[in-house]
Amino acid sequence: MSTATTHHDDHHGDHPTGLARWLFSTNHKEIGSMYLIFSLLMFFVGGAMALVIRAELFAPGLQLVNPEFFNQMTTMHALVMIFGAVMPAFVGLANWMVPMMIGAPDMALPRMNNWSFWILPFAFTLLLATLFMPSGAPASGWTLYPPLSLQGGNSLAFVILAIHLMGISSIMGAINIIATILNMRAPGMTLLRMPLFVWTWLITAFLLIAVMPVLAGAVTMLLTDRFFGTSFFNAAGGGDPVLYQHIFWFFGHPEVYIMILPAFGIVSEIIPTFSRKPLFGYTSMVYATASIAFLSFIVWAHHMFTVGMPLGAMLFFMYATMIIAVPTGIKIFNWIATMWRGSMSFETPMLFALGFVVLFTIGGLSGVMLAIVPANFQYHDTYFVVAHFHYVLVTGAVYAIMAAVYYWLPKWTGYMYDEMLGKIHFWWSTIWVNVLFFPQHYLGLAGMPRRIPDYAVQFAEFNMISSIGGFMFGFGQLLFAYIIWKCVRGGEKATAQVWDGARGLEWTVPSPAPLHTFDTPPLVEDNVAVHRDKLT
Amino acid sequence: MKRTNELIVAIAVLAVISVITWGVFAVGDNMPRGVTTYAQDVYQLHNIVLGIVTVIGVLVFTAMFTSIVLHRRSKGFQAAKFSHSTRAEIIWTAIPVVILVVMAVPATRVLIDMENTAGAEMNIKITGYQWLWKYEYIEDDISFFSALDRDSNRARQLGSGINPRDVENYLLEVDNRLIVPVDTRIRFLLTADDVIHSWWVPELGWKRDAIPGMINEAWTLIEEEGVYRGQCAELCGADHGFMPIVVEAVSREAYAEWVAGQRQELADAAHDAARLWTREELMDHGSRIYQAQCASCHQDDGRGIEPAFPALVREGVPTGDLEHHLQTVLNGREGTAMTGFRDRLQPQDIAAAMTFARNAWTDEEGEVIQPSTIADLDQG
Ligand code: HEM
Ligand SMILES: [Cu+2]
Ligand SMILES: [Cu+2]
Repeated sequence: MSTATTHHDDHHGDHPTGLARWLFSTNHKEIGSMYLIFSLLMFFVGGAMALVIRAELFAPGLQLVNPEFFNQMTTMHALVMIFGAVMPAFVGLANWMVPMMIGAPDMALPRMNNWSFWILPFAFTLLLATLFMPSGAPASGWTLYPPLSLQGGNSLAFVILAIHLMGISSIMGAINIIATILNMRAPGMTLLRMPLFVWTWLITAFLLIAVMPVLAGAVTMLLTDRFFGTSFFNAAGGGDPVLYQHIFWFFGHPEVYIMILPAFGIVSEIIPTFSRKPLFGYTSMVYATASIAFLSFIVWAHHMFTVGMPLGAMLFFMYATMIIAVPTGIKIFNWIATMWRGSMSFETPMLFALGFVVLFTIGGLSGVMLAIVPANFQYHDTYFVVAHFHYVLVTGAVYAIMAAVYYWLPKWTGYMYDEMLGKIHFWWSTIWVNVLFFPQHYLGLAGMPRRIPDYAVQFAEFNMISSIGGFMFGFGQLLFAYIIWKCVRGGEKATAQVWDGARGLEWTVPSPAPLHTFDTPPLVEDNVAVHRDKLT
Repeated sequence: MKRTNELIVAIAVLAVISVITWGVFAVGDNMPRGVTTYAQDVYQLHNIVLGIVTVIGVLVFTAMFTSIVLHRRSKGFQAAKFSHSTRAEIIWTAIPVVILVVMAVPATRVLIDMENTAGAEMNIKITGYQWLWKYEYIEDDISFFSALDRDSNRARQLGSGINPRDVENYLLEVDNRLIVPVDTRIRFLLTADDVIHSWWVPELGWKRDAIPGMINEAWTLIEEEGVYRGQCAELCGADHGFMPIVVEAVSREAYAEWVAGQRQELADAAHDAARLWTREELMDHGSRIYQAQCASCHQDDGRGIEPAFPALVREGVPTGDLEHHLQTVLNGREGTAMTGFRDRLQPQDIAAAMTFARNAWTDEEGEVIQPSTIADLDQG
């Protein structure tokens, strides 16, 4: 096993203080913290927009906003949550934890790391500024389908520039993570000894590098169609509006896995810790992750079954999509096998991880239903799809992020968070998130399309229930912010180990983790370090 | 000992989860059964798949919660040491594959059926516009537009003060329904004029996108007479939520009668376009057309919602220069939500709506535009 490293903070030169400390920081822990704080802020911004949507949908009739603004809210909510809340949270976690988990002193490219973060506030300033422009924020959905997206005003240019910046930030972050993992592992930390969080991030980073340029290309073509007279997507000029959808979803489907693979990694860390038992089927977990990543490139058209594709294409995309359920199933079964005959305890990170397993599974199962093309002709673009992707994204990705925050918060701050409040946060969220999203399955099946500001009265009851769930869930998240704030300020002292069942290099350094860790690389002698048994 | 214990708890957990699942199904809505053989196939397929994923979910959660109940540290349960089992992993790879094949077979069959659009007895072309539908009966040479009806349209305005519950079929009623005969294989040709829309009536079992520059095909054969309601399903701008679809399936005889009636109306309309109208007639007809076609953007009082939807009562366009006004209404404005009405309305409708807009909000007497003027322009 490794030895805990000592604290050297002087040989890295002077450390600036105040604003400069954060502006110029090249330290993976500081940058990780900034990413996480930024993400939390965006989570509340995007959440406020969601509450505008749910408030308008509380009852039939238009009470609060006009349809145009409603569409701006759905569009901005999704863009802010995906690119501002979920993705930066995972990058923040990677920044903090990947070096500590592989025994590296920092990220491989620290200056680029500073850039990748500091681009984001500018990107989101541009994006959010469109709300205050005369032509308003984009209102064509986060998918920005032409020709609709080309009807908006000049603010489209700001949105596209913002997306370019986010893409640059993501690609730089991904390059950094790959370089760190491939080059900076401690002696003995072979690839197949790496913790699963590191593995899933390695694969995610490759996905990011592969698809962010595709998104950039798609929106650039929108830009030239809108402002420079090209006709990529304009049928009247010989273009093809469906081409955009193919390009977008070639990015978009891997993107959804970008948002879930690191979550798989987090859950694969937490469940063994609190089951006090090695992760079941480590190698098959790694292979399952890799096959999901591969398959994610050949299923994109399942988002567009209704555009009118040849029969053969629809069959191909249906079968390919269904196959994804196999490696996804393997993961779920392996997590349960990890719990099986373990010695489980239920601290807040474990609660969120278990909540993840149950609720993500529900989202995965509705995903399988959506893959069935003839049925998809009914489900597509209804609230059934809205329910599906919120189960995988909110109770999937976001739950995993919350689990991770509770799990590693004592390592970051040196204090234990308030366990009682953490549990209340979990139960409150879990009850209301289901009140919020489960009835949306019913609404979709009964015939309510998505992205509408008003609806027929037969949909009133379930919409009202869903809105109540939304407000309760939303306000409950203030508790999350309070718990974090409280934990940063103080509390019971955390030990280096924090959780008795935890394994891995990050638990060998003191809590709070000093600014510089593993200046001398630790030696990794066996698998125990990474939640695996002594064999292999 | 350990195993029997696990078995007993698993049965109890299974019972609890089954009851919860039953409750979840009992309170909710399901997909409608549908009124075509195809729709019923889809409904059945949906139920099969839903059944399968539900059973999988229940079993997975049973295993998980059995473990949560029994294998706790607080009960002094000692953790086992195992961390892999090739046999188990092969089983839970193979079984899902088999289940997926079981689902894929009927799915493939139903899809092949849907995609075979041959053998149609009649063809209807559907064109999506922001925010209404145009229906063209190819063989019977009838065509008309179908938009949200006036009652719903009034009630749905922001702060209208009208309770949607007092409006019959709120948001699911149109001015002109799509009338079709039952027991007739109908092929639909779908396209759009401006942005992408999607034509969806759940009872028919499918939705299909209407895309500018492309023609999509779909078919139906309705077996029961009745009124079936649906909506545009693809975000198409501000009033995407307000472009319903109403299909009225009638007997073949009733359909033939309706076609004859339409023919007569067509002849009357041609006459109307040619004759001279009075100011009162134009204002009266115009107020109805304005309500149905223009008010959703330019508002009842003509003040619009700046900047997206310009006011009509200011100086300048279009209550200003008549030529400019005509151009805008007939041909639309590139890059805005204003589409041309040249093909969407009869000359008398356009003339009336323009007359209305030029006179309704001013005390001065504005120009009167005659249907024949528009009709002549249309020829040119
Ligand atoms: C078993 C795995 C899954 C399957 C089979 C599956 C299948 C599908 C299908 C077929 C659709 C298209 C529905 C439609 O629009 O008609 C869809 C939509 C979606 N899925 Fe999944 N899915 C799975 C897992 C996931 C995961 C893990 C995520 C993200 C964490 C995700 C996020 C989404 C999102 C965001 C959409 C909607 C995008 C939009 O239209 O705006 N899905 N899924
Ligand atoms: Cu997808
Ligand atoms: Cu629409």
